[in-house]
Amino acid sequence: MTTPEIRIDEAGTTGVRPLLEIRDLAITFKTGGGEVQAVRNAHLTIMPGETVAIVGESGSGKSTTALAAIGLLPNNGRVSGGQILLDGEDIAHASEQRMIELRGNTIGMVPQDPMSNLNPVWKIGYQVRETLRANGRPSGPDDIAKVLSQAGLPDSKRRANQYPHEFSGGMRQRALIAIGLSCQPRLLIADEPTSALDVTVQRQILDHLDTMTTELGTSVLLITHDLGLAAERADKVVVMYQGRVVEAGPSLELLRNPQHPYTKRLVESAPSLASRRIQVAKEQGVETADLLAPAAGTAKPDTFLQIQDLRKVYKLRSGLGKATDFAAVDGVSFDVRRGTTTAIVGESGSGKSTVAKMVLQLEKPTDGRILFDGVDTSALKPADLFKFRRRVQPIFQDPYGSLDPMYNIYRTIEEPLRVHKIGDQASREKKVRTLLDQVALPQSAMQRYPNELSGGQRQRVAIARALALDPEVIICDEAVSALDVLVQAQVLNLLADLQANLGLTYLFITHDLAVVRQIADHVCVMEKGRLVETGSTDEVFESPKQDYTKALLNAIPGAKLMLPPEVA
Amino acid sequence: MLRFILRRLLQVIPVFLGTTLLVYYMVFALPGDPIAALFGDRQPPQAVIDTLRSQYNLDQPFWVQYGLFLKNLFTFNLGNDFTGQPIAASLARVFPVTAMLAIEALAIQAIFGVLFGVFAGLRRGGWFDSTVLVASLVVIAVPTFVLGFVFQLVFGVQLGWAKPTVGANANWGTLLLPAVVLGLVSFAYVLRLTRASVSENMNADYVRTATAKGLSRPRVVLAHILRNSLIPVVTYLGANLGSLMGGAIVTEGIFNVPGVGNKLYQAVLRSEGPTIVSIVSVLVLVFVVANLLVDLLYAWLDPRIRYDQ
Repeated sequence: MTTPEIRIDEAGTTGVRPLLEIRDLAITFKTGGGEVQAVRNAHLTIMPGETVAIVGESGSGKSTTALAAIGLLPNNGRVSGGQILLDGEDIAHASEQRMIELRGNTIGMVPQDPMSNLNPVWKIGYQVRETLRANGRPSGPDDIAKVLSQAGLPDSKRRANQYPHEFSGGMRQRALIAIGLSCQPRLLIADEPTSALDVTVQRQILDHLDTMTTELGTSVLLITHDLGLAAERADKVVVMYQGRVVEAGPSLELLRNPQHPYTKRLVESAPSLASRRIQVAKEQGVETADLLAPAAGTAKPDTFLQIQDLRKVYKLRSGLGKATDFAAVDGVSFDVRRGTTTAIVGESGSGKSTVAKMVLQLEKPTDGRILFDGVDTSALKPADLFKFRRRVQPIFQDPYGSLDPMYNIYRTIEEPLRVHKIGDQASREKKVRTLLDQVALPQSAMQRYPNELSGGQRQRVAIARALALDPEVIICDEAVSALDVLVQAQVLNLLADLQANLGLTYLFITHDLAVVRQIADHVCVMEKGRLVETGSTDEVFESPKQDYTKALLNAIPGAKLMLPPEVA
Repeated sequence: MLRFILRRLLQVIPVFLGTTLLVYYMVFALPGDPIAALFGDRQPPQAVIDTLRSQYNLDQPFWVQYGLFLKNLFTFNLGNDFTGQPIAASLARVFPVTAMLAIEALAIQAIFGVLFGVFAGLRRGGWFDSTVLVASLVVIAVPTFVLGFVFQLVFGVQLGWAKPTVGANANWGTLLLPAVVLGLVSFAYVLRLTRASVSENMNADYVRTATAKGLSRPRVVLAHILRNSLIPVVTYLGANLGSLMGGAIVTEGIFNVPGVGNKLYQAVLRSEGPTIVSIVSVLVLVFVVANLLVDLLYAWLDPRIRYDQ
């Protein structure tokens, strides 16, 4: 260790040495095509007890920078320049032995995905115990229970004896936080600690993490793609773009007065409660719901899709072989009008995707009716169902999973046309070209395969495929949830344009209320299989009636942050 | 768990009836007369043939033959083979020998396959990995009889490290050389399977998290990579135990091991229905038990697997 020295950090505080200082950091990856610089000239400073967030989209180098700080770069990556000073000691090229000493004790980590970061074959308690033991701390059953209950896991003695698969996502993340903080490290690296969780759970967990790190005086390096979340949780924000730090500064200042063009775009496209419905549709003069009679319930000619008292019951098998009923969807009714967007919001397990599956006729309702253009869809004969499928098309969440990796883009988009025997070879090719134009993909994409495209491009392909049959209704099941903010904004705009030009009707399933604000005319809020609130988007957002809706709205990161009107 | 084990053991009944019926029928349908074959070129008197036929129930229709076989089986009276030896006694002689050989071969492939596989998988693309990969490819490519004769010649005759043939005194020591030959081919598969599984699990998120907790490297490998990687390997080894118990005709032939393979081969040559089906019956049991063991090991390795539901 070097002798303490007085220095002046970026924020201008004197007399305290930063806990972590990254100077001119460069990280290189060895790939099939030679060396790639993933991070260059990165610099950031974290004072003791401070929370600093790195914000950026996937591929911006934010996680890579954080992993370098704990010496966990993937095998093909290495620090090719600069310094990582931990309390004055350069650990950029420290020995593995030294890093093992530091990990856990001095630098803790809370990883991104709670589903994959706990080893499925060991009990939770065991995974806590080995952490305590490896860092020379008492590791008896009481110590384990204490660590877990501090992270907000109730009934921790019993829970310690369970396996990860017996935990919900939120509970797993609490266990990971417990592990990360169990040895009271001075620096905690939290890599998207809640991005895989529901908003309300996300809020609880971040609050708890805040309390714990404040009590322990832990510095936090928070990695996130969510600018609102970063601004809300961190003292300072560092924005990374294409491997470089493009802007850094105190959170609110940076949010209110972004300097770099990328930060500006990020602030602008970050969906928030203050955003408005994307306006294209109304400008184009398409009749929307607002112009038509708002009375719902009675079948009007413009009511395109009627969901009446829909129920879906699954049999759950319990240990003794007895089946118990579980109502995934319970008495849900709502109408969707032609040319409008209706959003169903709710957390995981609320039954929103089950509704979507039933509307798509991929699941049979236990009870209730779905009227499509006045016809009960459950009574459709196979031939009519085939025709129905032509009119109602889905777009799913995962653009990686919903495209066949063995089909090139042309075949992917052309397949529905071929299945429905529309046109000949030449006319189908023409159609595919038109569709690619519509979703703003180059014609050259036709011969490429899904793995050669980015997430946003793949989702465009999925949209083009959904549009191929000229459907009237498109069901979007979390269609933009997996995308980065900027890409998400592009896709939402595309969907709004297509609605304006083609008069499409959307049923939009999402957990993200900020997205709802941008795209939907009507909102249905679901909780535990029931519809708890419906109304126009403005009504629901401005005066939510149910506590659950309020909780959902409150849980959106950055909801309470004041944004200048010209930015919002 | 107990219910699961019971249910699995009950499954033996239909499997047993199905396989024995099938095998019995195939032996029945073989062309040629087993009794005539017993006498080679000589022509025995018709009376002798008739006596032998009725002694072995060969004059009965298929269903009666099969029924009598089952009846004898359940009264633990397997009868005699065509040379007049009691079948039960010869099974009691050959199965322990093959069991020893199989266990030895299985241990060799499990221990060395997993060990080499882990080291190769951890340093994928390194010199050890490359060497072992090429070597295992050679082992897979060379037929067992070539490998067997070469080992017999080099270790048994030239170096004199082991007895070139086993003969009557089959024990752990004398069976080691054939066990190595028998285990080598599967060893190469176990190695490759472990290697692939390890190098895949190495990049798992929970392994990174384990490292981030401050665990030492050996601890990360043993607790977090190895256990998770063993799941596919155990499946393979379990299936392998079954086929090893079936006897290795070639290996047993080369090293003159008085095991199941040899016995089965002779019985097939002589169209000895009762002997073949008796051996098969025992093998069915062995397979079922081996699979059950694999499933139990599975549940122990991966707690997400539960059989009671």
